[in-house]
Amino acid sequence: MVLVLALGDLHIPHRAPDLPAKFRSMLVPGKIQHIICTGNLCIKEVHDYLKTLCPDLHIARGEYDEEIRYPETKILTIGQFKLGICHGHQVIPCGDLDSLAMLQRQLDVDILVTGHTHQFTAYKHEAGVVINPGSATGAYSSITYDANPSFVLMDIDGPRVVVYVYELIDGEVKVDKIDFKKRTTTPH
Amino acid sequence: MIHNGVEDEEKWLAAGITGLQQNAFYMHRALDSNNLKDALKYSAQMLSELRTSRLSPQKYYELYMRAFDELRKLEIFFKEETKRGCSVVELYELVQHAGNILPRLYLLCTVGCVYIKSKEAPAKDILKDLVEMCRGIQHPLRGLFLRSYLSQVSRDKLPDIGSEYEGDADTVMDAVEFVLQNFTEMNKLWVRMQHQGPAREKEKRERERSELRDLVGKNLHVLSQIEGVDLDMYRETVLPRILEQVVNCKDEIAQYYLMDCIIQVFPDEYHLQTLETLLGAFPQLQPSVDIKTVLSRLMERLSNYAGSSPEVLPEFLQVEAFAKLSNAIGKVIEAQEEMAVDGVVALYSSLLTFTLQVHTERLDYVDQILGACVSKLSGKGKIVDGKARKQIVALLSAPLEKYKDIDTALKLSNYPRVMEHLDDGTKREMANVIIQNIMKNKTCISTSDKVEALFELIKGLISDLDENPELDEEDFQEEQNSVARLIQMLHNDDPEEMLKIICSVKKHILTGGPKRLPFTVPPLIFNALKLVRRLQNQDENIAEDESSATPKKIFQILNQIIETLSNIPVSELAMRLYLQCAEAADDCDLEPVAYEFFTQAYLLYEEEISDSKAQITAIHLIIGTLQKMHVFGVENRDTLTHKATGYSAKLLKKPDQCRAVYACSHLFWVDEQDNIRDGERVLLCLKRALRIANAAQQMSNATRGSSGSVMLFIEILNKYLYFFEKGVPQVTVASIQSLIELITTEMQSENTTRDPIADAFFASTLRYIQFQKDKGGAVGEKYEAIKT
Repeated sequence: MVLVLALGDLHIPHRAPDLPAKFRSMLVPGKIQHIICTGNLCIKEVHDYLKTLCPDLHIARGEYDEEIRYPETKILTIGQFKLGICHGHQVIPCGDLDSLAMLQRQLDVDILVTGHTHQFTAYKHEAGVVINPGSATGAYSSITYDANPSFVLMDIDGPRVVVYVYELIDGEVKVDKIDFKKRTTTPH
Repeated sequence: MIHNGVEDEEKWLAAGITGLQQNAFYMHRALDSNNLKDALKYSAQMLSELRTSRLSPQKYYELYMRAFDELRKLEIFFKEETKRGCSVVELYELVQHAGNILPRLYLLCTVGCVYIKSKEAPAKDILKDLVEMCRGIQHPLRGLFLRSYLSQVSRDKLPDIGSEYEGDADTVMDAVEFVLQNFTEMNKLWVRMQHQGPAREKEKRERERSELRDLVGKNLHVLSQIEGVDLDMYRETVLPRILEQVVNCKDEIAQYYLMDCIIQVFPDEYHLQTLETLLGAFPQLQPSVDIKTVLSRLMERLSNYAGSSPEVLPEFLQVEAFAKLSNAIGKVIEAQEEMAVDGVVALYSSLLTFTLQVHTERLDYVDQILGACVSKLSGKGKIVDGKARKQIVALLSAPLEKYKDIDTALKLSNYPRVMEHLDDGTKREMANVIIQNIMKNKTCISTSDKVEALFELIKGLISDLDENPELDEEDFQEEQNSVARLIQMLHNDDPEEMLKIICSVKKHILTGGPKRLPFTVPPLIFNALKLVRRLQNQDENIAEDESSATPKKIFQILNQIIETLSNIPVSELAMRLYLQCAEAADDCDLEPVAYEFFTQAYLLYEEEISDSKAQITAIHLIIGTLQKMHVFGVENRDTLTHKATGYSAKLLKKPDQCRAVYACSHLFWVDEQDNIRDGERVLLCLKRALRIANAAQQMSNATRGSSGSVMLFIEILNKYLYFFEKGVPQVTVASIQSLIELITTEMQSENTTRDPIADAFFASTLRYIQFQKDKGGAVGEKYEAIKT
């Protein structure tokens, strides 16, 4: 069992002063094995904070990140799953599922994690799963009005992944759970 | 071999102990055989060891303690002796036959105790006699220990209220008188030590004196323990007498220690009720006494007392504690002309802590203290002394910590005036403290007036001040990021006030210069965009007034602010912000405004963004934003899309060109907009992308001798599939078919570089086609025509 935290689009300090206190108290060091960040942190302080939660941190670059060395896309393997990370501003039209699916085919990953829209989504489709953890600070977005702060925790266990979505709605943390099973690759 | 002083002392102490033990041994033998005469003789000889002048206070104390223990045994013997019929009066006379005065007085005190216990004479008379007799020893060290002995053995025999030795009338007074007298004499001896011996040993002497101070202070402790010393007696007799001695001794060490001692041993409520008397003594102390520490401790104690229970607060009001303390501090500062700035500020700082604890509601008091501090600081310019700076920061931080609300501090008119005395570095430090306080307490700053006042306080972070210190880059960034965070805390639900706030912030941050603007502009832009969003659903007709907050007006301001960035230049950031504004204008249906923002973004792209990597990101942002816009009429949209495709085709590297060009295809077919369905131009883009991909292949052939990857073709194939699925009539099965064949051929060609990533991409694309076929229904039917 591996816990993977996925979050992004914090936009600190451009659009939000900090991570919501409720999230901060939930995210404690030592519980998470990997962090996947879809970018737009935007500053080093946030990077350092995430590092304290878990040193295994994977970030794709958002268009507002001051650190320009983050890659545009990143691929990593956790357990039986191949994961791809991309911020998503490169995907046109923004947040379009078919376009994201294309990116997923291109990266050849089971799970694609993207951000940019500030709206939590999780789709299961032909080639696997596309997840958007939303904005961890509920930052202003031109795409999503009144974005709620949200992040995703993935529990990867063998061929199964359970996606927990934490969303802050009117000051209360709501948790949702979505189950996925790895597609069985049919031999060609 | 040279003996040093310490070794000598050890030797003398050892000799003293041996002598003492020897005589004690004989004394014990005499006691066992009830031989009073011998007992007196050997005890006197034993006590003679205390006549030494060679020991330091510490060593002397060791010797004294041994003698003390022996004297307890002697006391028991005396007690038994009286039971056996020996008259205590006789004993009292008898011990006075001892040859030397010091042993004689120790013995006398010992018998005196037995005498008091026998109650054959009033305690007060015996005590009086003893305390008088002790005058016989004028050597400071020996005298202090002797009197300390007297104090110790008489403690439980004072004619206190409720004590068995209480006499007829007013005997508490006698008890008090006795202790006071002993205290006075001891203090005199202690002070005299300072003036004995060579001047070069001053330091050593002061060290020795401080080792002895508790012997003197013990008397005050005894006084505080006397039942009968109630508030009245404390006020009328005890305190004035102690203070008299303290003031008159004119000794720095004694004054400092004893004032502190008074504060520590007597109850807080006594201090509160005698505040005037106590405070009155401070200005009379020697100028070199560290009054600020003592006074600070007093205020600290009173603060804690006030905090102990809400019931005691009325006492503070009743005695006007604030006024008295405030007054006393003023006088002390006046009296001690040489007091350093840090001392002055420390005093006010303590008073402030006291006030915040006791008079929580009295902001005027707080302001008054700051005002007093300002007047003491005036003429001193910027404070550069490190300790003083720290004190000022503590002074200014206290109200923030107490009220957890910057609003309160903003009401204090003297607050910024104190800050004026800080040097630029400390001003920045203080500004950081203020911001952190706001962030920690999540204080919302809700009016433009408060914003003005706040920015005045933190101006050290907002713009360059007079000095221009070389600031560490990382520190600078951290500071500017906290300013950016702070801007998020400025909010008012009322759009008019919010607009005022935005204008205030704008005014201030624009003074920040090119280094700060990239940090401070984005948060302000997004603050304003949030306001726009709140207003966008509002009926335009209501808000046509010049001064009122309308999206149009805010966009004008936004334009001005971003312009300052493009002048720095941080063009990439400015361009992103322009696009962000364009989208917001789109949401508000303001076509000309949106067009203007796009124009600005394009201009920056054309004129300022030259790095090819930056261009790639920029062009994708432009395409992505433009794709979402719905406000543009045909003409404007055409102009903008035309430009965007033009930029795309002009990127430096062929693959980047290709990708940007096929991305442009989305500008001509938007699902959500019926009027943007131009299949011809979608196809044109895709074909153009194919041509570029071909060109890339050829270029690779020419330069590397092998074809590059077929990646681009597969990407384009996926775009074909995308539009095919969307029902773009111009994208046909045949075109997809031929593209698949092209890719297959290319991949099998010996010329092509093997690329496992491309292989996987192609495989998953084919798998996708198969998946769509298997879906059945309309989609499945559509895909069925494609042969893989």
